[in-house]
Order: sequence, then structure tokens, then C-alpha cells
Amino acid sequence: MYSIILSSTTRIVTPLLLLFSFFLLIRGHNEPGGGFVGGLVAATAFLLYLIAFGVLRVKRLLRIEPLFLIALGLLITLVSSLFGLFFQEEFMKGFWLKEEIPILGKFGTPFLFDIGVYFLVIGVILKIIFSLAEEDKD
Amino acid sequence: MIEVILLSFLSAFLLPLFFRFNKKLPGIISTLVAFFLFIYFASTLPTILSGNVIKESTPWFPAVGINFSFYLDGLSLLFALLITGIGTVVFLYASKYMEDYKYSARFFVYLTSFMASMLGLVLSDNLILLFIFLELTSVTSFLLIGFKHEKESSRYAALQALIVTGTGGLILFAGIIAIGIIAGTFNISDLLSNQQLIVQHSAYGLILFTFLLGAFTKSAQFPFHFWLPSAMEAPTPVSAYLHSATMVKAGVFLLARMNPILGGTELWQNSLILFGTITMLFAILTAVKQTDLKKILAYSTVSILGTLVMLIGIGTDFAIRAMIITLIAHAIYKATLFLISGTIDSQTGTRDVTKLRGLKDKMPITFATAILAMLSMFGIIPFLGFIGKETLLDSVIRSGLYFPFLPIIVFVSSVFVIAVASIVVLRPFLFAFKKTPRDVTEAPFRMWIGPALLSLLGLVFGISATYSLTSIVNSVSASIFNFNSDYTIKLWYGFNLNFFLSVLIVLVGLVFYRYRNIFIKIVSHSAIINYVKPSFWYDKFISGLNKLATTQTSLLQTGFLRHYIIIIMLAFIVFVGYTFFRNIPLSEINPNFNSTTYEKILAGVIVISAFFVVKAKSRLYAIISMGVVGYSIAIIFVLYGAPDLALTQFAIETLSVILFVFVLYKLPKYQNFSHPTRRMRDFLIAGSSGLIITLIVFYVTSIQLQSEVKKFFSETSLPIGMGRNVVNVIIVDFRALDTLGEITVLGIAAIGVFSMLKLILREEKN
Amino acid sequence: MEALLAIVIGVLYTAGIYMMLRRSLVKVIFGLVFLGHAANLLIFTLGRITTGKPPFVAAGATSVVEPFADPLPQALILTAIIIGFGVQAFAIILFKKAYHTVGTDDVDKMNSTDRIE
Repeated sequence: MYSIILSSTTRIVTPLLLLFSFFLLIRGHNEPGGGFVGGLVAATAFLLYLIAFGVLRVKRLLRIEPLFLIALGLLITLVSSLFGLFFQEEFMKGFWLKEEIPILGKFGTPFLFDIGVYFLVIGVILKIIFSLAEEDKD
Repeated sequence: MIEVILLSFLSAFLLPLFFRFNKKLPGIISTLVAFFLFIYFASTLPTILSGNVIKESTPWFPAVGINFSFYLDGLSLLFALLITGIGTVVFLYASKYMEDYKYSARFFVYLTSFMASMLGLVLSDNLILLFIFLELTSVTSFLLIGFKHEKESSRYAALQALIVTGTGGLILFAGIIAIGIIAGTFNISDLLSNQQLIVQHSAYGLILFTFLLGAFTKSAQFPFHFWLPSAMEAPTPVSAYLHSATMVKAGVFLLARMNPILGGTELWQNSLILFGTITMLFAILTAVKQTDLKKILAYSTVSILGTLVMLIGIGTDFAIRAMIITLIAHAIYKATLFLISGTIDSQTGTRDVTKLRGLKDKMPITFATAILAMLSMFGIIPFLGFIGKETLLDSVIRSGLYFPFLPIIVFVSSVFVIAVASIVVLRPFLFAFKKTPRDVTEAPFRMWIGPALLSLLGLVFGISATYSLTSIVNSVSASIFNFNSDYTIKLWYGFNLNFFLSVLIVLVGLVFYRYRNIFIKIVSHSAIINYVKPSFWYDKFISGLNKLATTQTSLLQTGFLRHYIIIIMLAFIVFVGYTFFRNIPLSEINPNFNSTTYEKILAGVIVISAFFVVKAKSRLYAIISMGVVGYSIAIIFVLYGAPDLALTQFAIETLSVILFVFVLYKLPKYQNFSHPTRRMRDFLIAGSSGLIITLIVFYVTSIQLQSEVKKFFSETSLPIGMGRNVVNVIIVDFRALDTLGEITVLGIAAIGVFSMLKLILREEKN
Repeated sequence: MEALLAIVIGVLYTAGIYMMLRRSLVKVIFGLVFLGHAANLLIFTLGRITTGKPPFVAAGATSVVEPFADPLPQALILTAIIIGFGVQAFAIILFKKAYHTVGTDDVDKMNSTDRIE
């Protein structure tokens, strides 16, 4: 089921969606958004690509195994939680940098946590959809 | 001290690494660890003996008074020295004994963890901590008894020990909590300074009951003793260490530790004397009948444990001193005898005393060691056992309690102890050699040196008791009594009544040993012992429990999903509905239907789409209607100030529709399986549940809510959470632990989906 | 509006429970989704609703100015929505696998493994 309209739109929309998801992620601490929504939007972007070009192409685009994203996400959240213990404080205590970082704004461990959530959500959704899509192919 | 315990645990878990370099390393390293610990505790002797205590505390959960608090006084030091000292000997022995086992590294991991737990137990100043370490000793004991897990009997024995001691431990936990509530502290040292508090409380009887159960199950008192003889399934070093010298004495330790806090009452005295005496007599009578070396030793250990409990019950300073000396003497000679039984087993291939004869020429060193240990068990002057027996007789007679029954029972069981010692030592070693399954040679160095040193220690301590033991015994009895005692222990008190009784006991015991077969015949034919079999009731109980579980499960688990749901929903309707209607008069439910047209339309759309989903004749309609419901809910979120929710709901709803579509064309045709009357019944159940929920929401929303939490989050979001989006700050900061759990679940769900599908694929390929 | 929402919640619960009592496994999954929606709305409504005032700290302010929607139920629901999706995906795939193996989507024919004789 190849459609020119779908494929050419997808070429433009997918990067836009990815950009939008990143935007949702970084502004999530102050405006609507955050890791969960950002991750969902990013997953939707890949999903659109999958519908347009098939599972093999999207895998080539993504390059990484979704399971790796899940593990990476969990690792990032865990590491961000452990900062407190390194500095003789409570587990999950939040730490923030004094200076603002360009584009990202204020950066701290809760933000890192959000990034972990972002990756995990992408990984989970893609893993489920990929499994289904691959099974259909077989 | 926390460092010492942590270090022991750490070394336990590092042992498998060393195993990779050399299979012998774990045994040698754990021996060194035990020895190092022994030196460490020995170095604190001067401090403790001069009357000081060492206290340490590291906060763990200070809000509820649970801390890593440790307390080193005479009592805990004595136990720590026994644990590490005998530990060193046992580890050394085991490093040879277990050498050929396939999983020897695992064995040393368990054994070292046990040592660490046991140390934690005796050093704990906090009752909760004590409980945790007590359970840890049960768990490690379970692992060690079941070490040869390919044997059915090992698994049975391990489980039995765990169930009996674990149940006792849990009941003890209830008592500990009760003490914590009454006294407001779990710290033993604080409780010691306020002794009358618990004893005078109305719940004292119940608390005492829990502590007695905890101690009796752990220290194998009648009728809970049966797990200990079964536990002989464990490799012999384990039996020598856990089930003779250390772990089974944890109950005795607990009683000694709690003596100032719970003791001193008639209830305490009578129950300890009663159970201690029954155990002492019953176990030693059973021991005589056994033929397995280890079983004989196990029953005689149970008997000694009974003696110790009885002595704590008598509770005079003489009795406590007798308890301490007997405890030390027993730990030393019984560990030796156990190790020797292991040596005999590994050198000859059997532990059956009826098959062993005349080993003295083949194993001279072991024979000499065994004789030394036996003499101490006999209570022959100048061995430590002699002082133990003298003081035991002395304190029982002196106390005047239950005269003349108590002294007579003590006398009788002492006679039997002599007989048992003779069966264990004289019978296998003396007389002409009898052929055994294996060619007998002397034990290797690492297996005889430890027992030999231990047995010599029994002699040395006996001779030098006045100098070597006086101060430690005084220090220990000071911690049991909570006052300073000043008493000099002597080996020789002159030709008094106790001495003549001691001599008489040995003589009668030897005569009895000579003619024991007559006794065994009488007992095995007539005695009530055969009817008093707690292990029989244990088996009955366990199989009954299994039957009950099967019946109950087959009753509730019918295999029909709808039955489960109906049960749940009916329970909801009955209990929640009843509570609601009983407490809230219907007149108080005044729903306010004021709303804008948009809101009415939105609500209408959801209700109608829901109806469509239920009634839909095709899957596609159902999925589309489902999507409408989801998007409408997202709009509700938009309307009422939840943009984050709305975003998420929109995204998820989209994904959800895609997910359904992916699976859609493989879904079966929509079908109506059920009968109309059944549908009616289901609708009634579902409708009543929905109605109750609606009524509850009507009522709840009519009450004004003042949320402190809402205020807290709104005020701290920016200053502490550094974010203006309060919802997101809650998710990634305030309640991040929740989120961590939730994303873990998500990850697992994805892996679950993946593995299920891969499974289908693989099946298809095959 | 709370009263209207209460009715919506009741209807969603009714639909959810009714669907879960069906024999067709597809319907059971729909029931599960309904229950998820109903529970989310329930938490949302019980936290009280406030029209059009999301819980954001305005520029220049240090705390959110009343009236505003309670952020805590929102945080709980947000994760619940996503977990709900995870459960839904798992259920759908499980259903697929079951249908594949047993050859029917009648729940009554899938009970042999769950019944204790």
C-alpha cells in the first residue's frame, strides 16, 4: 500500500514531529509537555514513517533497537535518582545547576529524569508496534 | 561494629569470585575471615571485662526508632567469641571436608553469611534489628540444611526447619512490636533501664508468650524440637556449627537477653522450668535409642538446650552461672564431637554406630580427641564439663524449687548423658576393628587439628577456670542480671554432696551404658514416647493445609473470568452499597446539574458512544466509538485545566486506535455468545455498580474540599521543584519514585508483548 | 458539571463491567479500556474540577494563584493513562496469542488451564 501523498507528507511531517516532541520535552517543566507526552509524540512520528514506508525503513531510520531505548531510559532515571546518594543526601533528591544552559534552560536531575522517561516511552511504544508489524510481515 | 558485620557479609558475597581462581580459596579465605573476627572480638575483652559496654548506632529509619544499633556487653561478647572461635575451627574443617563438593563456593557463601547474621543477632541493640538477623539465621540455616538439594529428605528437613523457626520468629515479631508500642522504644539498652515497664503491663502474658514461642522454636524446645534432628541432613560442619554450637543457642540468647526485661515473674520461671525440664529429659531418653551418630548428638544437644532454658528459668545467680558454664562447655565438646562424627563418616563411609567398632588403632588422633571431648561431657575432673555439672547440680538443689522432683530429673538425665557420650565415643572406637564401607585412615590435618585444639581447650579451661573464666562469667551474668556480680569460679570445692552426686552419675551412667539394650527394649515396647510425636502432627498440619488450599482454590477458581468479576462486583455492591446507604441519607444527595450547553453535549456524546460500543455489531464501529469516547475525555481535560492530560490522552488515543487497527483484521468476527437472560443479569450487576459509583460521586463532590497537598505543591513547585508546570514537577520530582515504578512496569509490558509475539513466531517456524 | 460527570462515570463503569462479563474476548478488552477511562475520570472529578485554570505558576509569581485545578490527581492520571495503554497493548497481544492457540475468542472455552479439579 504505497501512497505518494502519504510518503511525501511523511518526509516533511516526521522531522517536524520529532522536533515538536523535543520541544515538548524541554519546556515540559514550565509549560504543558514533559517526558511522557514528548515521548508519545516522538513515537507517533516514527509510527507515521512506519505506516508510510514499512517497518524495515523505520528501523533503518531509528538505527537503535527500541529495547535499548527502554534500558537507556531506565538507566537515566536511575542515575538521576542516585545523585542524592552520592552527595550524602536522600535518594532522588533534586539538584540543579546554577547557570542556565542555552536552549535547555535550567538543568537539573529532575530534568534528567524527564529525559529518561522520554526515551523509555519511545522505546516501549516502538517495541510494541514493531513486534506487531514484524509479525504481520512474517 | 556495623563495619565488622558488613565486612563479613561482603566477604561472603565475594567468595564465588575467588572460587574462579582456585577452588580451595573460598574455604581458606572464610577461615581467615572468621579468625580475623575472633581476634577483633578478643581484643575488646579488656574493655568489656572491666565493666564497660560498647555502643554504636547508625541511623537507618530513625522516624520509627529502627536503627543499626549495636551493643557489646559480656553476654554478646561471649556469643561473639563462640561464633567466631568455633567458627574458625569449623571453617578450617569444612575447607577440607567440602573440598570435593561441586558447589563448595556456594557452601562457604551460605556459611559466612550465617556467621555474619549470627553476629548481627547477638550484637543487636535494637529489637527490630535483632528480629531481622534472627530471620536471616533461619534463612541461611534453611539454605545450609537443604545444601544437598537433590535429596528429597534434605529439602523436607530444610523446609521443616524454616517453617518451625520462621513461624516462631514471626510470632516473636508481634511481641517485639507490642514492646515497641508499650515502651516507645525498640532499644534493648533503653528497655534495660526501665525493667518493670513491660512486666507490669496488662499485655505482659501475651508478650511473654510470643517471646517464649520465638525462643523455643529457635532453640528446639519440646514440642518444637523435631526440626533439629531432621536438620542433621546438613553437611556435618553445618551441624557442628549451626545446630549445636551457635544458632540453636539463639533462643537461649534471646531468653538471657530478655531476662532483665521480661523475667523475674512466676510465669516466666515456671514456664521456662517446665519446658526446659521436659525437653531435657525427653530428648536424652530419645537420644539413647538412636543409631545414627549425628542423630544421637542432635538429641543430646536438644537435651542440653532444655537444661539451659531450665537454668535461666530457675534464675538465681548460681543458676545463671551454671547456665553460662554449661553453655561454654557444651559448645566446645559438642562441636568437637560433631566434627568427629563427620570425620568418622568421611573416613569410614558410615555414621551408624552399630557398624562401627575399634577405630582407635586406625585413627589415633581422632580417638584421643574424642576421649577428651567425652570426658568433658562426662563431667570428669578437671575438665570444664565437670564445673558445669557441679554448678548445675548445686544450683538446682540450692534453689529448692520443685524439691525433690527437679533434682531427681536432673540426676536421671545426667545419667543418660553419660550413656549417650559412651555410645558416641566408646562404642565406635573401642573393641576389635570391624570392617567398614571404606578403608579407614587417619583424618587429614585440617580435619583433626581443629577438633583436637577444641577438646584440649575443654581441659585447659577446666584447669584454669579460676583465672580464665571467672571474669567473663561474671561479666555475662552481669548482663543477664543487670547488676555486678563478683564470684570466683573454682574447679574444686572439696568432697561435698555435689561431688559425690557427680561421681554417682558417672558410675550409674556407665553401668547403664553396659545394660542399655534392656532399657531400649522396654522403652520401645511400652513408652508413651511413641505417641508423643510432634513431627507426626507437623506432617498432618502441612498436608491438611495443602488440602485446605486445594479445596478453597477449586471453590473460587472456576476458570470462568465472569465468575471472578461477578464475585468482585457483588461484593462491591453489597459492602460499599450497604455502607453508603446506611450512613448517607438519600436526602443529602443533591446533585447540581447546572452546566453549559457544551458540557451537556460532551457528556451526551460520551454516553451515546459508550452505548454504541456496547451495542456495535462490527468491530470497526466499536473501535471508532471507543476512540470518540477517548477524545471526548481529552476535551474534558482541556476544559477543566489539565492541558498535560489532554495532550497525553490525545496521543494515547491515537496510538490506541492504531494498535487496534494493526490487530483488527486478524480479530475474529464480533459474536454474541450469551443468552439474553444472562445479558440481562450482567446488565443489572454492571448497572448497579455504576449507579452506586455515580451516587458516591454526587455526594462526595457536594462536600467542600480543603486540600493541604494541593496548597503544598502549588507553593513549593517553583522554589523547590524549579518548575512552573506543577503537574510535571510532581511527576519528575515530588513523586518521582512512583514514576520510576510506573515506567518500569511499562518497560516490562513492552518486553512481555515482545516475548509473547516472538514465542508465536518460533512456534510457527517449528 | 460535577453531577454530569458523575453520570458519565457511572455510565462508563456500567459499560466497562458489562463488557468484561461478555464471553467474546475482544469485548472483554473493550471493557478494560472503559474501566481505565472511568477510573481516570473518577480520580479527576473527586479531586474537584475547576474550569480553565491549569496549575501553572505565572511569570513573576512564586506560587499558583487560586482558583486552579488540583495538580495531584492530574499527575496520577497522567501516568495512569500511559500505564493503561501498556496494559491495553499487553491484553490485545495476549488475546491475539490466545486466539491463535485456542482458535476461538470465547472465554468459556479457554478455562481448562485455570480450573482446579
